[in-house]
Parts: sequence; C-alpha cells; structure tokens
Amino acid sequence: MDASVSAKATANTFEADVREIVKAKYVRAAVASDAVAGVQPRLVVEPGSEQELAKVLKLADAAGLAVIPRGGGTKLEWGNRPARANVILSMGRLNRVIEHAWADLTVSVEAGCTIGKLQETLARHGQRLALDVLWPERATVGGVLSTNDSGALRLRFGSLRDLVIGVTLALADGTVASSGGRVVKNVAGYDLPKLVTGALGTLGVITRAFFRLHPLPKETRTVSCVTTDVREAQRLVTAIQNSKLAHSALQICCGGEMQPRIDVLFEGTEAGLTAQMEQVRVIMGASAIPEVGGDVWNARQEIWSAGKQGATEFAAVKFASLPAQIGEAIETIAKLSSAKSRWSVVAQATGIGWVRLEGAVSAIESALREFRAELERSRGSLVIARRPVGMAELDAWGNAGDSLGLMRAVKRQFDPQATLNAGRFVGGI
Amino acid sequence: MESRIFEELREIVGPRGLITSREELHTYECDGLTNFRVLPRAVLLPDSTEQVQKIVRVCGREKIPFVARGSGTGLSGGALPVENGIVISLTRMNRILEVDLANARVVVEPGVINLDVTGRVASQEYFYAPDPSSQSVCSIGGNVAENSGGAHCLKYGFTTTHVLGLEVVLADGSLVHLGGKTLDAPGYDLMGVFVGSEGTLGIATKIILRVVKRPECVRTLLAAFPSTNEAGAAVSDTIAAGMLPAAIEMMDNLAIQAAEAAVHANYPNCGALLLVELDGPVAEVGALMAHVDEICKKNGAWEIRVAQSEAERALVWKGRKAAFAAMGRISPNYIVQDGVIPRTELPNVMREIGRLSREAGLRVANVFHAGDGNLHPLVLYDRRIPGQEETAEALSSRILELCIAAGGSITGEHGVGEDKKKMMPKMYSEPDLETMQRVRCAFDPLQLSNPTKMFPRPRLCGEKPGEYVAHPLETAGIAERF
Repeated sequence: MDASVSAKATANTFEADVREIVKAKYVRAAVASDAVAGVQPRLVVEPGSEQELAKVLKLADAAGLAVIPRGGGTKLEWGNRPARANVILSMGRLNRVIEHAWADLTVSVEAGCTIGKLQETLARHGQRLALDVLWPERATVGGVLSTNDSGALRLRFGSLRDLVIGVTLALADGTVASSGGRVVKNVAGYDLPKLVTGALGTLGVITRAFFRLHPLPKETRTVSCVTTDVREAQRLVTAIQNSKLAHSALQICCGGEMQPRIDVLFEGTEAGLTAQMEQVRVIMGASAIPEVGGDVWNARQEIWSAGKQGATEFAAVKFASLPAQIGEAIETIAKLSSAKSRWSVVAQATGIGWVRLEGAVSAIESALREFRAELERSRGSLVIARRPVGMAELDAWGNAGDSLGLMRAVKRQFDPQATLNAGRFVGGI
Repeated sequence: MESRIFEELREIVGPRGLITSREELHTYECDGLTNFRVLPRAVLLPDSTEQVQKIVRVCGREKIPFVARGSGTGLSGGALPVENGIVISLTRMNRILEVDLANARVVVEPGVINLDVTGRVASQEYFYAPDPSSQSVCSIGGNVAENSGGAHCLKYGFTTTHVLGLEVVLADGSLVHLGGKTLDAPGYDLMGVFVGSEGTLGIATKIILRVVKRPECVRTLLAAFPSTNEAGAAVSDTIAAGMLPAAIEMMDNLAIQAAEAAVHANYPNCGALLLVELDGPVAEVGALMAHVDEICKKNGAWEIRVAQSEAERALVWKGRKAAFAAMGRISPNYIVQDGVIPRTELPNVMREIGRLSREAGLRVANVFHAGDGNLHPLVLYDRRIPGQEETAEALSSRILELCIAAGGSITGEHGVGEDKKKMMPKMYSEPDLETMQRVRCAFDPLQLSNPTKMFPRPRLCGEKPGEYVAHPLETAGIAERF
C-alpha cells in the first residue's frame, strides 16, 4: 500500500482523502439514523472493494478516527455503547457470492452479502449454510460472523465456528490477511476464522469468508408437546438428548403466560423420519402434537417482536447454561420477574437460551443483574443483545474471566489504537 | 544450562521427574517424524498444573525455550525438541478428572489417551468422536495441539469441534481458562485459536471435552473399483445426493496390498477400495445405504460387501488404520504425506501424483479421507540406495505443491510443525503469516513456547517487557526482530 497515505492522513483531511479512494457518491455525511447506541458518527463510507476498504481503514487509523463496520445494521445495538464513533464503514457494496463450489460443498462470499441472498444462491444446488440466523433478509455474512449469531440448528450442525473455514480480514493498519481456505479440513497455521467469530468487529473488518455447506434436507418434520411445568420440560429434553434420535433441533419455549412447550425438528429421508416420529412420541407420551408447522422455529426472532409495538420497554438477552440446567435457568427468570413484568424464553438443548423481559426499566435491570450472577455462579453467562431505553450502566457482556488480560493483548496486536468498535466488547475492548 | 537451574527444576518435579542422562534423553529426541532429531537439555515430567507453571516460570526467567510433549506420536515434528531447550512431557498428567454425562462433558488432563475417553463413557453409550489412527496411544493434549482429525471427522468434526474449554499455562507461567463447560463464553474465542496451535501458545493442562451419544446403528460398506477415478466419482455422487456419511475412506492398490500383508483385513484385490460408513437411526441408515450401494454399482464397483457384524466392521477398519505402518511390509522406508484438496480435484491430482511418481521412479501408495479431500500419499523408497531419500523428499514436497495449486492445504490433520514450515509461504502470503504471528506475540511475547515451529521465520515481538536481551533465536540467526 502507498506509504504516503498514512503520512498525509489527519482527521481534518480525512474526508477529502477518502474521496480520493472511494467514489464521491459512496461517501456521505452521517445522519441521525446512523447513530450507534446514541453515539453520532460523522461520515458513512461504502467502499467498493477490499482494497478500497483497507485503504480507508488505514487512513482512519492514522487519523485517530474510530470506525464502526456495518452490514445490514440488524444487530448494531449488541455490545456496549461505543466509546467513540467517527466513521461508519458500510459493507453494502461488498455483497457478492464469489463462488459456490457446490460439488465440494463450500462457498466463498463477500462479507456484505445477506444471509438470505446467500441461502437463495445455495438452494439452487440443493444446499445451505446450516445456520438459522436472526433476520436473514437483512443480516449479512460479516455481521452474523462478528456477533456469532446462531439458532436452533446449532444442536446438530454446530455454530459458526464449526461452519466457517476461511476468512479475509482488513486490519486497522491496512493489512489484508487471509487464514484458512476453501477446504474443510485444514490445520495449517492459526485458526483466525474462529478468533474473529464473535469478536464484534474489534480485531479487523471481515471482508470475505469461506463456509462449509450442508445439503438441504429431503424432508423435515416438527413435533411439539406442551408440558405441565418447566421441570417436566427439562426432563423431556434430557430424555430426548439421551435417546438415539438424530434430531436437528430441540427447544423449550415458555413465558409468564405460556406453559412450557417443547419442539423437536427432524430432517432426513421419509423412512427415517417416520420411524423417529414414532420414537419421539413414545418419549413425549400423550401430550405430543405431531406435525406442527415450521413456524415454531421463528420463536427466537419473536423475542424481539412478540410484545405489542411500543407498549412497554423490553430487554433481549442471550444466556448460556449447562444443558441439564436449562430448566433451572428458566425457573430463575420466572422467579426474578416481578408480577408486573412479562417474560418469555426460548432455550435450546445446547444450553443457549434467549429471554425477553418487559416492564419497568429498573425492574428489568435488577432482574438481569441477578440472573447474570446466578448464571455466572454455575459457569454460565448472560449477554445483553437489546437494552431498554434508560438502562445504560449494565455491561453487555459480564465477566470475561481470567483470560481478559490475554484478550486485551490480542486486541493490542491487531488494533493497537482501538480504531475498530472502540469500547464495545468485553472489558472495555 | 547451569547446574543451579537443573537443581531448581529437580526441586519442582522431584528426582523422578527430571531426565538429564544422555541415554534417556534419546527417547525424546524426535516424535513420530523421525528424520528430525534434536537432543533436549532436559526432560521434565510434571504431574500437576502447579508444577508446569513453576517449570515455565523458570524457563521465562532464564530464557529457556520449552516444548510440550504428549505421547510423541505426531507426524510433523511438532514435539521435536528445540536446541538448548527442555521438553515438558505431560504423560504423568493422565487423570480423567470428571465425567458429567448429564451434560455430555468429560474433563481430562492432557496426558489422557484418546481412546481411554471413549473407554470411560462407552458403557453409557457415549463416545469421544475424534479418532486419529493413533488413538490407542496418542494423548488428548497432543490432539489439542494438533487439532487432530481422523476418519470420522467428515461427519463429527475435528478435535476443535469437541473441545469446549481449556486450562492453559501461558509462557509467563500464568494460568488462564479459555471457553468452559457452557457455550459461547463472552470474549474472543481464544480456545478456538489455541486448538491446533501446535504448542506455540502455551501448555494445556486441563481439557473439557464434549462426548457424543452413540448412534442407533452403524453400517460399513466396502466397494471394490477398477481405479481411484471410479471410486472418486462414487464419492462425488454420494455427496451430491445429499448424504453426509460418518466416514468415506479410499485406498489404492498399493495401500491395499500393504494392509493385506500386515493385518489380513480380507480386502478384495482391486484398483481402489472405498469404505463408506453410515450411522444414525436404523431406518434412516437403511434407506441411505441402499442409495450408496446403487451409486457404487453405477460407478463400476465390481464387488460390494457390507460388514455383517461388529467383528467384521472392526476388521475392515483395522486394515485402514494400519495402512501407514503396513507400508513397512512393502518398502524399507516411506514418507507419510498429508495434504488436502477440494474433493472435485481428486482425478486431476491423482493423475499428477501418478506422473510425478513415474518420473521419480518411486512408488506412491495412496490412502485418503476421501469425503473431505484429505490425501495421505505414502512415498516409498530405500534409504540404502544413494540419493533415493532426497528424491523421495522432493517428490513428497511436489505433491504438497499440487495440493496448494488445486486450492487445498499443506496439512489436513498432521500439522505444520518442523516438517512443513517451509511450505507455509507457498500457501500463505507474508501479511497472512505476519497476522497469525500477532496472535503469538499476544500469547507468548518472549517466544519460548515451541518457538521454532509452524512459521518459517519466527517474528520477535516488538512489545517486550524489560530491557533488551538478545533472544536465543536471534543470536542463532534463526529469527530477526521486527
């Protein structure tokens, strides 16, 4: 890269310098809707290539400007409020599916491509990225990787760390580096794709990714059953997990006004599914409701949309517990929610769950504090994905444990000036 | 190394935990890759995390490079000692600390043998999925360092898929916990980077594993094809039909001959043998197996057998798992190679390997994890014939270059270690390697943990606490300061 770039870059000339790299119509002043958690940036830049992006990043870094990468903007409120925000780096133009190597079951895709568009392309050859993300029509590959979003299919196919096999990153100093590649099995060098998955864009801007793919299922079936209480739900989940069924997803949904319901997803051949449906009905007993539609698998997304629009404030959080303690986690939430606050939970058999809490902000905040303390006592965690207006203090991530120092050292190596998503990650990273 | 340091180390591990005699040190001069040998200054056998920490602190103070070692079965020289360094052998830390089947978790020390994890949970119908061919002797700590694979990672994933948490002693002697029993611990996935880092980021002293419920049934099919082309086409058709078998293995004629000579697996004598294993619910597996059978026939398989009993299945696998060692039956010496290609490149790459083999006048036997494109070409040679070893090494390297050119990788499961660090710049650009080394600088700024492996030219880290002291690698001219 041009060495003179950093020399002449200053905050004052930044905008003019950027316009020399990115076409003028893709550089604009930020407006109110570009604010991130209430912090107003100055400029929105939409680079047209990896090289443009890296140059802009290097300029910003040299000028001491804070950068926030943005894909579809669906999860921008995750994490803590940015310490600084000057430039939004929009990934909208880096949106190509580069190569769907369907016979090899892999794909390379630019980070700004939406998951919806990616899945549509893959489906033409009967394949998919085996990941059910939030708001796939708008969420992008880069954003989903950075937030490590995953849904119910994780039980069978793993999360992004198991699906991403290569990434290309632009670092704050303008370095463009790749790690991993287009083959699923590969142990050459450090696994940087895993490092940047869930790093909230604080180490570098993901510009491209390779994924391993799975075939679309021939047939799918969902069986549900409503249980008397959470303990019974936990007992059934454990029994199904302990069986020899090959289900793809298993969740408990419940709430203040809803009895616990268990949903099981099967994918496979007609013959295989028929046999498994029989077996799961035996475990579930008389309460099984066979052949419900696939809508129950939208439950996680409904955490955000369930309440009446604007009626009350709400928080959306993700929790992690041990698989055998999902029931206890749900009971804790139920206990902590006051009579006036409404709550709902979607918990997966992996031990990951999502909670919606409605009500007075102070009540939500104290419930979350206690819930987090309870989870952390048993080595779990609670991460805030959506905070109600007025609840600013509570850290989004909670306790990062004794490796926080090491995480800070990694951050210093990759982004010494904290140019990327400053202050948004664990421990103020 | 001064005697006061030996004294200090002896105090930490006790007289039985320190090896300094030359004869005994020879045991540790190499791992499973025997063409590199370095005699360490000492070998330490700690039996607790605290002892590992104390040893590593001494190393930090005295700038002594250290190399962690498990069972020493690695095939890339990852556990090769470093000049003037010590070896920390984890074999005494071999306790299974906790079995928590309600959550499908097992907590082990690094010296626990891979197969013993399954042994411990088998009665409850669970197993530990990663199954490198050396699983009866290799250690979990070594598996973590190498991100070991195995035949069944096509469906079940690699070591990294099954490690949920680590207790790690960093090169400064401090202890950190990465990941945990629950998923998605807040913060960077440092565990994901540590697994497969080949001992360069620290020493894992405790490992939380995920174990998996045994499937309802397992069926193994053996199909004989005229050549690897037809067998390869059957693999492609199986994947294209939307199936994800637990394993798909392929052996060419030379590999079959060797396996037969060694373990009498009763394989058909054919150009290429395909081994397809499906597992899951009985009805599902039944339906899919019929489909695989059809695909094999369509692609010219002239004999198809399905293992009829657990004993037959075990025998089929025994031949495959013994394939490397079996080469000794047909050749005095051989090099085990490990490369990966996109599966669709198999016919082209096989043709090229055949051409290179003829040109070099050396036989190459081929054993593949065909489902994921992981090749293990075995280059056969005779060390007693002058020049043949060099020819074999050159041929082996050329095969890796083929893999890179096909868009693949220089290693699928054996690691880079000492053996392949020179190949890294052929696969990765300078900025790629420099970026990886930033991770290393964060974990081990003094570069004492297995410092000479993986990267062709170690990068010394700018951020160095304390006054400038020449690094041993710097004085030796191996590394330069950035």
